[in-house]
Amino acid sequence: MTSTVWITLGQVGLLLAALALVHAPFGAYMARVYASPRHTRAERAWYRLVRVDPDAEQRWSTYLFSLLGFSLASVLLLYGLGRLQEHLPGSLGLPGLDPDGAWNTAVSFTTNTNWQWYSGEAAAGHLLQMAGLAVQNFVSAAVGMAVAIALVRGFARSGTDARVGNFWADLTRGVVRILLPIAAVAALVLVANGVVQSLDPHTAITTVEGGTQHALGGPVASQEAIKELGTNGGGFFNANSAHPLENPNPLTNLLEIFLLLVIPFSLPRTFGLMVGDRRQGWAVLGVMAGLWAVAVGLTTWAELAGPGAAPAAAGAAMEGKETRFGLAASALFAASTTGTSTGAVNAMHDSLTAPGGGVVLFTMLLGEVAPGGVGAGLYGMLVLAIVAVFVAGLMVGRTPEYLGKKIGRGEITLVALYVLTTPAVVLVGSALAAVLPAGLDGIQDAGPHGLSEVLYAFASAGNNNGSAFAGLTVSTPFYNTLLGLAMLIGRFVPIALVLALAGRLAAQRAVPASAGTLPTHRPLFVGLVGAVALVVVGLTFVPVLSLGPVVESLS
Amino acid sequence: MTTTSVPAPTVASGLAALWRHSLAGLRVLLAFTVLLGLAYPLAVTGIAQAVFPWQANGSLLDAAGERTTTPADAAGSARLAQAFTGPEWFHPRPSAAGDGYDSLTSGGSNLGPNNPDLVGAITERRAAVAAAEGVDPAAVPADAVTASASGLDPDISPAYAALQVERVAAARGLTSHDVRELVAEHTVGRTLGVLGEPHVNVLRLNLALQGLG
Repeated sequence: MTSTVWITLGQVGLLLAALALVHAPFGAYMARVYASPRHTRAERAWYRLVRVDPDAEQRWSTYLFSLLGFSLASVLLLYGLGRLQEHLPGSLGLPGLDPDGAWNTAVSFTTNTNWQWYSGEAAAGHLLQMAGLAVQNFVSAAVGMAVAIALVRGFARSGTDARVGNFWADLTRGVVRILLPIAAVAALVLVANGVVQSLDPHTAITTVEGGTQHALGGPVASQEAIKELGTNGGGFFNANSAHPLENPNPLTNLLEIFLLLVIPFSLPRTFGLMVGDRRQGWAVLGVMAGLWAVAVGLTTWAELAGPGAAPAAAGAAMEGKETRFGLAASALFAASTTGTSTGAVNAMHDSLTAPGGGVVLFTMLLGEVAPGGVGAGLYGMLVLAIVAVFVAGLMVGRTPEYLGKKIGRGEITLVALYVLTTPAVVLVGSALAAVLPAGLDGIQDAGPHGLSEVLYAFASAGNNNGSAFAGLTVSTPFYNTLLGLAMLIGRFVPIALVLALAGRLAAQRAVPASAGTLPTHRPLFVGLVGAVALVVVGLTFVPVLSLGPVVESLS
Repeated sequence: MTTTSVPAPTVASGLAALWRHSLAGLRVLLAFTVLLGLAYPLAVTGIAQAVFPWQANGSLLDAAGERTTTPADAAGSARLAQAFTGPEWFHPRPSAAGDGYDSLTSGGSNLGPNNPDLVGAITERRAAVAAAEGVDPAAVPADAVTASASGLDPDISPAYAALQVERVAAARGLTSHDVRELVAEHTVGRTLGVLGEPHVNVLRLNLALQGLG
C-alpha cells in the first residue's frame, strides 16, 4: 500500500512539476499575445482575406454579436456537414446524420462541450472529423479564451465606454499564436508514441486465430492534440482517450492530462499580468489548484479503495479501466477531465466506484472552475471571486469592490444570473428526463445509479464538459434535442452575461484601494472563494446528489 | 471619456446586426476550415507518414511479429486486443466492444459499480478462468474478470500472464520455465517508475511464443 501511495504521488508530482515549469512563462506569453497592438504579416493578410477589421475596439455588445455570429455560422456549417456526410469525399461510406443527431453534434462541438451521442469510428467519416469537428475544437477553445480575456480587460481598463477588445483579433490570435503551434508539436509526439495519423479507411485484417478485425486509420493524432489542449474532449473513437490508438501508453496519458490542464492553469498568470498585480493571479490559481487537488485526492482514494459490489467481486475497480494505466492514472485523468470541462475519458466513468463517480460529478457541478475549461475556467472563477467579495461586503456593510471596481447592483445582478443559469439547466433537464417516458427509456441501471446517469448527462451538457455515464442511451431524439438545448444555453447565456459584466467594468473608473478594501490576494480570500464555490453548488445540488451518488455510496 | 450616442436597440436592428456578424463569422470560419481542417491535419499526416510510418498506420504486426504498414500483410495491431481462445495462446481481458474485440465498436460495458448483471458476469468469468487455468478462483486477478474501457486493451497484468503460463506451456509442449521467461521479457514496467502499471502485451507475447516452437 505504501508503494501505491508513492507511485500515486509520483505521477502527480511529475505533472505538477511540468505545470509549474511552464505556467509562468506561458501565462506571460498569452498576456503578450492578447495585449500586443501589432499583427504579424500573415495575420494582416488573413484579416484582409476574411474582410474583418482587427483594430476596431468593440463595445461589449458588438463583441458579443461577433461571437454569436461566428458561433451561429459554426453550428450551421457543422449541421450541414453532418447531414450531408454521405455526399462528401472522405465519408468512408457512412450515412449522413439524422436531424436530431446533427443538431446535437453541431451544438456540442461549437460550445466546446464535445458531448458525443455517436460512436466516432461508426458514425463520423474522416472529413467530418477533420474539417468539421477538429476545426471547432480549435475555434471553440479560442472563443472561450477570448471571453475570459475580455473580462480581464474589463478589470484592467478604466473609464472606457464599455470597450473590451476585438473579437476577431482575439479569436485569430488564440488559434494561430497559442493553440495551433502547441497542437502541432503535441500531435507529432503522440504519433511517435503510437497514435494513428493517416487518411486510410478502416481495413479488415485476418487475426492470428483466423478471425476478422479492422486496422484503424484516420487523422487521429492531429485531433487528439487539440482535443486535450482546447479542453474539448470529443474522441476520434468511441472509447476516447481509453482507446489504445488515442492514448497508447502511460507517457501519452500524462502528456494528455498535461495538455488539458496547461492553459486553464496558466491563464491566472495571464490575468495577474494584465491587471498589473501578479498576486491576484496567484490567488485565483490557488483556488483552482486547491479544488483540483481535493478532487484528485478523493477520486484516487475511491478508486484505489474500490467500494461497491462489482469491485469487491473482481478484487479491484478495474471494470472500464485499461491495464497500462491502472487505477491511479485513471483517477487522475477522471478528476482532471471533469475539472477542466474537457470530457475526454481514459476510463469509463459510468463504471467508476460510487464515491469516485460522485466526486467527478460534483467537480463538474462546481461550474468547471477546478481549473475549468480554456477561458471558461478563468471567467467562471472571476465570477465566483465577485460573489466572494460581495458576501464579504455584506458582512462588513461596505460597497464591495474587486480590483478597484465597485460591485454594484448591476454587476451583482449579472453575476447572480450567471451563477443560476447552469443549475437551472441541469436541474430542469434532469427533472424532465426523470419523469418523461422518453427520458426514462434511456436509463440503463435502475435505482440511484440511474438518477446519477441522468444527472451526469445534464451536468455534463450544461457545464459544457462532454464526458458521460455512458450507460445512458442518449442517441434518441429526446436526449439529442434536450441535451443540445442544455449545451447551447449553458454556453452562450453565461458568455453574454460575462461580456455584459466586462462592459460595465470597463466603463467604470477604478477606485484606489483604501484601508477598508478587502485584500483579494491573501490566503483568507482564497479560502473564501473556495468556500463560496462549494456552498453555492452544495446548496443547489445537495438534494439531487443525495438521491443519486450519495444513496448509492451508502447502500 | 467620450460618450457616443448609441441608438436604442430594437429586435430588428439586433437581427440585422446578428446577420452582418454571421456573414463575417462565416468568412472567418471557412478560412479556419481550410487552415485547421485541411492544412493542419494534412501537414501532420505528411510528417507522421514520413517519420513514423509504422506508428502512424496503426502499429501493425505480421504473423511473424515483424512490423508492417500494409493491412493485407498484418495479423493484428500491437495496440489492439484481438480474440485468443485456444489453450495454446495467452488470452486477453474480457471485451465489451461489440461481440468482443470489435475495433469498429470500441468501448466498455458502462455498467455501474453495483449493477447485479456486472457482478454476475464477474463471478462467471472468475469461475471460467479458474477452471481453464486449473487454479483456485481466489487466485484470479481483477483484470482477468473485468471488461476494459476500450474493449481493445492490448495488455494484461503480469499476474494474469503468470496464471496462464502452465496451460500455454502444456498445450504447446514447452517447459513452463521457458514460457515464464518469455513473459518476463514481454513485461513492461511503470514508465519512469511511477506512470501507469506494469503490463504484458498479449499479441506480441503470443507471436513470440511461436518462436519457441
